[in-house]
Amino acid sequence: MSDAREATADRIRHLLRTEGAAVEENTLGFNQGRYDSVADLEDYEKLKHRAREIKSDAIERLPELIDELTARVEANGGTVYLASDAADANRYIREVTREAEADRLVKSKSMTSEELEVNEALELDGVDVVETDLGEWVLQLADEAPSHIVAPAIHKSREEIARLFNELFDPDEPLETAEELTMFAREKLGEQIREADVGMTGANFITADSGTIMLVTSEGNARKTAVVPDTHVAVAGVEKIVPSVEDLSPFIELIGRSGTGQDITSYISLLTPPVDSPVVDVDEPDVAFADRDDDRAFHLVLIDNGRMAMREDDDLRETLYCIRCSACANSCANFQSVGGHAFGGETYSGGIATGWEAGVHGYDSAATFNDLCTGCSRCVNQCPVGIDIPWINTVVRDRLNRGGDPSRFEFLYEELVPDEEPSGIDLQKRLFGNYGTLAKLGSATAPLSNAIASLSPVRSAMERLVGIDSRRELPSFERETLRGWFASRGGCQVSLADADREVVLYADVYTNHVAVDRGKAAVRVLEALDVHVTIPSVPESGRAPLSQGMVSTADRRASEVFAALAEPIDAGRDVVVIEPSDLAMFDREYERLLPAPSYERLSANSYELFEYIYGLLENGADPDQLRSGSEAIAYHAHCQQRTLGLEVYTTAVLSELGYDVLESDVECCGMAGSFGYKRQYYELSMDVGDRLREQFEREPARDRRVVASGTSCVEQLSDLLSRESEHPVMVIDPAA
Amino acid sequence: MSASPIDRFTRSLEDLDVAVTWTDPSGSAETIETIVEPPCVGTPLPFDDVSVPDVVDTEPTPRSLEAAQTTVTAASMGIGAYGSVVLPSRPDGSEQVSLFTDLHVPVVRESDIVDSMADAIDQLGPRLRDGESAIIATGPSATADMGALVRGAHGPKEVHVVILSTDTEGGQ
Repeated sequence: MSDAREATADRIRHLLRTEGAAVEENTLGFNQGRYDSVADLEDYEKLKHRAREIKSDAIERLPELIDELTARVEANGGTVYLASDAADANRYIREVTREAEADRLVKSKSMTSEELEVNEALELDGVDVVETDLGEWVLQLADEAPSHIVAPAIHKSREEIARLFNELFDPDEPLETAEELTMFAREKLGEQIREADVGMTGANFITADSGTIMLVTSEGNARKTAVVPDTHVAVAGVEKIVPSVEDLSPFIELIGRSGTGQDITSYISLLTPPVDSPVVDVDEPDVAFADRDDDRAFHLVLIDNGRMAMREDDDLRETLYCIRCSACANSCANFQSVGGHAFGGETYSGGIATGWEAGVHGYDSAATFNDLCTGCSRCVNQCPVGIDIPWINTVVRDRLNRGGDPSRFEFLYEELVPDEEPSGIDLQKRLFGNYGTLAKLGSATAPLSNAIASLSPVRSAMERLVGIDSRRELPSFERETLRGWFASRGGCQVSLADADREVVLYADVYTNHVAVDRGKAAVRVLEALDVHVTIPSVPESGRAPLSQGMVSTADRRASEVFAALAEPIDAGRDVVVIEPSDLAMFDREYERLLPAPSYERLSANSYELFEYIYGLLENGADPDQLRSGSEAIAYHAHCQQRTLGLEVYTTAVLSELGYDVLESDVECCGMAGSFGYKRQYYELSMDVGDRLREQFEREPARDRRVVASGTSCVEQLSDLLSRESEHPVMVIDPAA
Repeated sequence: MSASPIDRFTRSLEDLDVAVTWTDPSGSAETIETIVEPPCVGTPLPFDDVSVPDVVDTEPTPRSLEAAQTTVTAASMGIGAYGSVVLPSRPDGSEQVSLFTDLHVPVVRESDIVDSMADAIDQLGPRLRDGESAIIATGPSATADMGALVRGAHGPKEVHVVILSTDTEGGQ
């Protein structure tokens, strides 16, 4: 087990060094581009909603749409082949090229063709396959795999590409600038396209009512590929079909913006093959185009390759809504650091790739990178079709856990941890998934537990056996828990009779056992606003096990939490949560774990601490007893909190009390719960964190007091910065 | 008050750094001649009383296309929100010849400029269902695959849109 962790760590370290800089620069550019571009779109949310509706309907009706499309393409004069898997598709495509007596096939960029590995299949027949997308061509020359589903060569710098071209082609003048490299490639590829016998494209969308394939490109190579030769083969997964031409409109508006941040790409090709355009035939250079009478051939190869089974799978189905825009990759903090060569399987990369790989290539391929999704949820609002990508990652992790090998240390754990998981689950996942149990033991035996845990032989054993990186400082358990403190001070200082509102403060594991001070501050702040606070014993939210893919355990926690909170809610009390990742459980994941009315009741009555304070102040509560000030604050909101749109309240409350607040704009701090503690991901976690460090060590944030809403964000910031950080409630604590 | 489709179209083209020239049917040949860079090819413009200048070879062949610097073709629509032109695929080759030269000059009638993408797709629906094909082209061909944004990857490096005013009052 620890050897596998070392191998993962080595691979990530290697990619961080060799490809990290180029990947980071490009993905950050795309990510910012998306934010800017969608901000200009009045109807962004409406378009996303419509896009999701169309996809959902199309996947629901897929069998009938396949039939409609097939009839339509055949009526237009083309051929449709429905391939059951990659081998079947390749067999058909090889037949087509044989019949066309093709020596050369030119291709425009297609991830589906990568999934098929059709190039290798055609090369068996001696067909010269040439990629015409400039990025794909670079990779073909370098014999490398795409690192990004839209911009396949983002891991390569201009200098590397120049070196490659100069070595391979030995031009008279060495190539150097992007302009020179592009013009050189255009010239070379232009020749190849002119002499091609078959053109192969993918399809971003196919309309069942007209048999039109839509291709999204900026270079123009797809247009040439489809139209210059007389034979056009389009390969596409069956999920690309939408009912009608009119359904394309929202996707045209969303796909470029969501991907590389362009409002629209240069060319949206809407080809209804066989097309009316004449062939560009170099063998008849003086025949006018208008005088030709071409007999074009068109083959649409629709690929199943696991998709119809994904359609039947309640948890994987939404993967088929994916329009391959890459927003989930570009907005992912881990992806921004390592790219698709680490965060990807056999073909696909980025957050949604877990669904694709599990569905088309199998769980072994998904297993190689699934852990890189930390569930930070930053991709959720960026996906133009609203796929809950973290959920798909969680489900696949759960399925992988269930297929894992039993560990020899199992017996130790069966006794210790009260989870619902099968034996065989990775020991490291099980440890982090049961953090709550450990925390209880830790507090009960503190400070002894802290002292033992920090002993170097203990740390080295923890690193060896369960992979907790010894470079991380472990959270230190407090002997007196928050609930213990609250009881010993005699409960709430605001009597029920004097109170304006009643609150159940949710004592999450960290606040109760580790970050007890923020809990005390929260109590004092609420009291200062005339709130009657209680802190009942409520179980863990299930966030920790869920993040390890332990869905059954999380499901049981959800039921227990609801059972504990239903009565206070019905009695008119509000639930206030300090830890954003726990609130996000109540607000997002519980929708999948609880019956709908229970979920709605809990979610509607739960508030993030500052969201609640903001609400009190808005409703006339007197802020006089809170600690105001003019201090300059640098605030890092929690990733899941931002997905829920709740970070604004912290800034608003602090600003109202006079503080000068500057917010970070990185997607995630990199710690992401337990992720950064894991031996194999420590370097990656620190690399992600480095973007936040740079921002907070630079003007205008450099000398500001640092606050962060999430526990793990605070831990990460403490490792990143030379100054301390804390929860924002500490700033306004009347006792401070 | 929202801008007219034509105002949006010209503003979008400005944002794309795409040149725009207005003309009317009687002045079209003369105007186009000032824009093109010879040698030029093109396809006949299917608009009443509109012609291309003699410098444009309207019966291109693979050989003349190879040598050409400029292509002049008709666009069937302009899209205000994006500054896009719609290039239909026709047996005369208008779609693909527009892709081979360094400069493309699409000619669009003022009355064919629609406001939004949805408007354009609504009009394209029946045409595509009738077996037609079209390209929604926005600005020049571009790539960033070689480390920086470069115009003219596989297609034109430059686009110059000609708007044909369709009322007798002339252009703006």
